[in-house]
Amino acid sequence: MKDDKIRDMNLKALAPMSDITPSNGHEPLVRVIDLKKHFPIRKGLIIRHTTGHVRAVDGINFEIARGETLGMVGESGCGKSTAGRTLLGLYPATGGETHIAGYHVQEATGDEWMAIRRQAQMIFQDPFSSLNPRWTVNAIIGEPLRVHRIIEDEAARTERVKELMALVGLDPRFINRFPHEFSGGQRQRVGIARALASEPIFLVCDEPISALDVSIQAQVINLLEDLQRQLGLTYLFIAHDLSMVRHICDRVAVMYLGIIVEMADKDDLYEKPQHPYTQALLSAVPVPDPKVARHRKRIVLEGDVPSPINPPSGCRFHTRCPIAQPHCATHVPEWREITPGHWVACHEVEPKFRP
Amino acid sequence: MPDPTLARPHDPPRDGPLRYAHDPSRLLLDIRNLEVRFNTPEGVVYAVNDISYGIHEGEVIAIVGESGCGKSVSMMSILGLIPKPPGEIAGGTATFMGRDLLTLPESDLEQVRGIEIAMVFQDSMTSLNPVLTISRQMTESLRRHYNMTDEQATARAIELLELVGIPDAERRMSDYPHQFSGGMRQRVMIAMMLACNPSLLIADEPTTALDVTIQAQIVELVSRMRERLGMALIWITHDLGVVAGLAERVIVMYAGMIVEEADVDSLFDNPHHPYTMALLAALPRVDRRRDNRLNSIPGSPPNLLNKPRGCPFAPRCIYTIDRCRSERPPLIPLSPTQRTACWVTTSDDFKYERRQDSGYESQSAGTYE
Ligand SMILES: Nc1ncnc2c1ncn2[C@@H]1O[C@H](COP(=O)(O)OP(=O)(O)O)[C@@H](O)[C@H]1O
Ligand SMILES: Nc1ncnc2c1ncn2[C@@H]1O[C@H](COP(=O)(O)OP(=O)(O)O)[C@@H](O)[C@H]1O
Ligand SMILES: [Mg+2]
Ligand SMILES: [Mg+2]
Repeated sequence: MKDDKIRDMNLKALAPMSDITPSNGHEPLVRVIDLKKHFPIRKGLIIRHTTGHVRAVDGINFEIARGETLGMVGESGCGKSTAGRTLLGLYPATGGETHIAGYHVQEATGDEWMAIRRQAQMIFQDPFSSLNPRWTVNAIIGEPLRVHRIIEDEAARTERVKELMALVGLDPRFINRFPHEFSGGQRQRVGIARALASEPIFLVCDEPISALDVSIQAQVINLLEDLQRQLGLTYLFIAHDLSMVRHICDRVAVMYLGIIVEMADKDDLYEKPQHPYTQALLSAVPVPDPKVARHRKRIVLEGDVPSPINPPSGCRFHTRCPIAQPHCATHVPEWREITPGHWVACHEVEPKFRP
Repeated sequence: MPDPTLARPHDPPRDGPLRYAHDPSRLLLDIRNLEVRFNTPEGVVYAVNDISYGIHEGEVIAIVGESGCGKSVSMMSILGLIPKPPGEIAGGTATFMGRDLLTLPESDLEQVRGIEIAMVFQDSMTSLNPVLTISRQMTESLRRHYNMTDEQATARAIELLELVGIPDAERRMSDYPHQFSGGMRQRVMIAMMLACNPSLLIADEPTTALDVTIQAQIVELVSRMRERLGMALIWITHDLGVVAGLAERVIVMYAGMIVEEADVDSLFDNPHHPYTMALLAALPRVDRRRDNRLNSIPGSPPNLLNKPRGCPFAPRCIYTIDRCRSERPPLIPLSPTQRTACWVTTSDDFKYERRQDSGYESQSAGTYE
């Protein structure tokens, strides 16, 4: 099938339904305000009591403009997935709020809640680990169409599933196949088709390419870019591959132990990282060029990430920070905008903080 | 300089620095025409198909390729570590210090594995015994292989843990593997490997499951240890970034075959196999502004249940000619340090130009997978 024909067909069918979005177009599509998610730690076999909390996400703030891709990076366990799920309302928030297309996610009920569920979707690392292996691709991709009563007629739904398959580059003749009959890259395409079925405007992509081989990663990344352009999608792109994040994102947020420590336009962030954690993280990314690799200076961080149950006082990064000062252990750094659009939480970034 | 405190007890002291003192006459391991298959209910899996290469003393080579292309099996099979059946070594030799590992009795092979060749795997949890303390696991092998007393073995184990950067090593000796983080467990693994001061360390994707920060620490640790101890290193990975910073020579595998072998600079500056070119063009760079869409390689790696008649990459390749489909290209030497298995790109008039001529059309939505 020809590319532009598909585009035509799907643009009509999949264009965001602005009539149901109470956003005025100037507002950012997604607003996250002081969002927190703490998981209780329960002890005791008979009488369960809470002995503490994993502060997985501990107060994050950002906005995502319509059509934009925001990257979210950080070491495993820093709270990226939890942030993604909590901001979509899939986990109840411990504090703070999210607004998606004008809906207050944490307060939405009934029709509003269903509208959010339709318009905001998630793509996972391996979509099939959470899906029924006995379902055909038709059933998997068609489910959101059924649940959200988008297409009630079964034959029409099957037609729509075929269109979605074509859209993500899967041969519609495979519509009755089962998950295990597909390769990893094809499975991710099925996951993307399913996420697109309910005609979302916002997608949280949680490590969508981490399980894929290099040659397949590029296919999926290019597909996500094409879909974004064709359908006007907005992405939160969670990944630990910092090279890919630079490639696909417009802006990038760096997380450490449940908080965002730096956020900026991607080139600004990659070329002028301000936070010592961002600097260390970027310096650790291998470069596929031996001449560059030989001369790259690595900032090696000592030790492991501390536990999110009792995060360090003051600046959470001070225990591993190469430039930490005494006041870093006692004062929480302010989240400040040091140049337009470049935010950082560090006492030692100019203008320096002096207690 | 080899570290005197870690000199092999059974070895005469080595003379002079071994670093990069490669001498073709000191080939440490020489693999020739290795063929490995698995006889499964679905059919024969042709996992390793006629591969040959060598590694010199003290040399660092990387084996790269996508999952399932035979990287692990090619190493495990020469160490007697694949299950037989279903595994079967269908041909070849692997000469290590004058002996063919493939015909060595299991008891001798165990000695080689314990002392001369060490392996670190992706998941250290599977190679550490979960119910034994780190102390037990480390001192046991020291006592067994070196006839050390308890005290000597314990002192050496602590020394090794400190060497690999385990804080508070003495206290942590009594911990169990699960009490260490992923990165720390890899360090423990490396310490255990170093206990025997092997002449060859095989690291099979040791950092694949780790964060980049931890990966950088492990890569640095292994390179430092290697320089200090003068051992050779085979680093198996799918990450070309790690390869660029670590290896002297690179072997690219595809579908159980070697498709290209080159010194690290030639591989990145002047790749000649279309698969290598395509892989490089599919990688974004952390240190550069985005200039283009990624070049993606259509299709997916082949199923090894069918032995391809011609070049295994032909179905995904943009340069394919008829000959590629009917006749498997041998590794054709392009220079003293580069060999490429391709009928097209090894011809005199072929010229590689990065990106522009890599020709891998970006695949857009609407192309069927
Ligand atoms: N359902 C849960 N219950 C308890 N703790 C959790 C749960 N999910 C995540 N965590 C903890 O929250 C922290 C952040 O996890 P996660 O969001 O998965 O991080 P990331 O995606 O950045 O790797 C980790 O310490 C993790 O162990
Ligand atoms: N025990 C086994 N039984 C059957 N097939 C196997 C077995 N071990 C490996 N294989 C097959 O051998 C091929 C090469 O595997 P492997 O060397 O592990 O790949 P890599 O390390 O490059 O990811 C794969 O197709 C794999 O499925
Ligand atoms: Mg996660
Ligand atoms: Mg492997």
